[in-house]
Amino acid sequence: MVSILLFATVSLASLGLFTWKVAGIVKQIKLGRPTNRSERPGERWKTMLLVAFGQKKMFNRPIPAVLHFVFYVAFIITQIELLEVFIDGFTGSHRYFYHAGLGSLYTAVISTIEFLSILTFVATIIFFARRNLIKLPRFNMQELRGWPRQDANFILLFELLLILFIFMMNTADEALLLESNHGSYGFAISQYLAPALFGSDYAPQTLNILSGVGWWGHLLMVFLFLNYLPYSKHLHILFAFPNTYFSNLNPLGKWTNMETVQREVGLMLDPSLEPNLEVGENSDPQRFGAKDANDLTWKQLLDAYSCTECGRCTSVCPANQTGKLLSPRKVMMDTRDRLAELGTNGYNFDDGKPLLGAYITEEEIWACTSCNACVQECPVNIDPLSILIDLRRYLVMEESKVPSELTGMLTNIENNGAPWQFSPADRLKWTEEN
Amino acid sequence: MAECMARGETPEVLFWVGCAGSFDDRAKKITKAIAKILSHCQVKFAVLGTEEACTGDPARRAGNEFTFQMQAQMNIQVLNGYDIKRIVTGCPHCFNTLKNEYPELGGNYEVMHHTQLLQDLINSGRLRLEGSETFKGKKITFHDPCYLGRANEVYEAPRALIEKLDVALVEMKRCKTNGLCCGAGGAQMFKEAEKGNKEINVERTEDVLETNASIVATGCPFCNTMMTDGVKNFNKEEEIQVLDVAELIAKAADL
Repeated sequence: MVSILLFATVSLASLGLFTWKVAGIVKQIKLGRPTNRSERPGERWKTMLLVAFGQKKMFNRPIPAVLHFVFYVAFIITQIELLEVFIDGFTGSHRYFYHAGLGSLYTAVISTIEFLSILTFVATIIFFARRNLIKLPRFNMQELRGWPRQDANFILLFELLLILFIFMMNTADEALLLESNHGSYGFAISQYLAPALFGSDYAPQTLNILSGVGWWGHLLMVFLFLNYLPYSKHLHILFAFPNTYFSNLNPLGKWTNMETVQREVGLMLDPSLEPNLEVGENSDPQRFGAKDANDLTWKQLLDAYSCTECGRCTSVCPANQTGKLLSPRKVMMDTRDRLAELGTNGYNFDDGKPLLGAYITEEEIWACTSCNACVQECPVNIDPLSILIDLRRYLVMEESKVPSELTGMLTNIENNGAPWQFSPADRLKWTEEN
Repeated sequence: MAECMARGETPEVLFWVGCAGSFDDRAKKITKAIAKILSHCQVKFAVLGTEEACTGDPARRAGNEFTFQMQAQMNIQVLNGYDIKRIVTGCPHCFNTLKNEYPELGGNYEVMHHTQLLQDLINSGRLRLEGSETFKGKKITFHDPCYLGRANEVYEAPRALIEKLDVALVEMKRCKTNGLCCGAGGAQMFKEAEKGNKEINVERTEDVLETNASIVATGCPFCNTMMTDGVKNFNKEEEIQVLDVAELIAKAADL
């Protein structure tokens, strides 16, 4: 009875805390400007199934894709065991599904989990090595110094502990059956681990304790992990799904239209048009482009929280590869960090450290060639380019900060309809030349 | 176009030449190649001539929406005034802007990049390249312009054209969706690059050198400039030619 109460308290507390934290993040995301991402739901579901559920874009890089896929499948299948843990916790039973007569099916599922756990164990070690020993370039860039690197290693450590607890429980349970001459559950790996590790030297009491520690350890790791998510890049395991659902379905080359500017220019060109004053007066005066995180759309903010800092975007960025300051991953991390700061300090918080300037510099913004390589590459359809565009728009239209060569180009377009100083009268000269 | 209108004729397609195609000496050759192919195939086409103006693409990419809107809305007035239905462009940037960004401002046209139109002409039998030996056996690699490839997912049309030339089409290690930018996009063409340790076009030219191709084909006047400079940077201009797909086709068809 005590353990049921304890279990209920711990579960409710941790689920409650998690819900509260996620609600806070959702509230921050809703702070963003509106953008319509509800059209073509069929295509949206398809994108989510392929990209998030099917991991389609991960497979552009086969080695990490296979390793990641092991984690992913193990994570999903282990949920069956977690369900049993919950049923056992609330009912005080042990291995409810086994005793519910699922027999060989149960053994098959747990055996699969054991196999996947071993694979995950190996994958975790390889991931550790890729980050800390081989030092792959994309895991060792400036923006990962400090917390982001620790975060990544913590996640891998959690993973190892979780696997350890699962095997502790299964092996102790197998040893208990062995001890009492009741045969075996038939779990693929722990049925052999049990005699090897425990032999006949362990008393049933000890084995019971070990099984309990394994069970509670597994559960507590899950709860710890759950409540760690909102502070970690690992939030992508949840946010990848809505983020891919709300993907941009337009061709990547289409930039968002600024309707206020469209209206204003329309009026200039045709003064007979009715100025649509109502819209202008009722809506808040909005700045052009984005200066701070809350000038971005909710989708851009969702992008920021969905980013798992894998750095594929940065590794394909032409600017980054040629030594420029720009890193699309850093743009996403900066956006998220700034948004979190606004979230904690109130949304009218103005500390003179906006996203543009204090986090992302003009040099980074002007290094972008808008080639869309980062957008194409992101395994969860994050769009770093759109943020750079909005920051650039703010710089140019609100602060008139334009690199001087571009001022010349813009003046030429305005004066003679071409980015260079040529007369429109000469547009047909090519027809006269050979 | 004005003359067409005066004669009461409707062209099959409007050829949007673009600023580079009108003024840049290198790009003008591409324009002429496209025009020659269209004439050869008896495609009735028109150009806006002095009525054409920048689509506004570089202004929008540079963050200046006012200048973009100004250009776009004025161009749409001209295009709609002539009741234009189909447009072919000689530049992926014009192509992207006309195709994707004009519709919500009231400009709805069927827009094609010149490689798409040329592919149509071949598929419909209006353009024949059989037996052409101009490029026979040569190694050609295709550099994907970002605003044609990733931005609009046109990867096959230019390749299909090159394959018609009886050549060896070799891919660079970064191609199609993984293609590396030439460095000109996002209004970079009109400014100095930010501080770094290498120029992007040099990085891209290294990909070209790895293929041992003797021709780099592309479909964008800006990529053409950047790749030509890149090749010069390695003093390889004797060995490697940078040509637009339209120029390859025009030469192969002996135009």
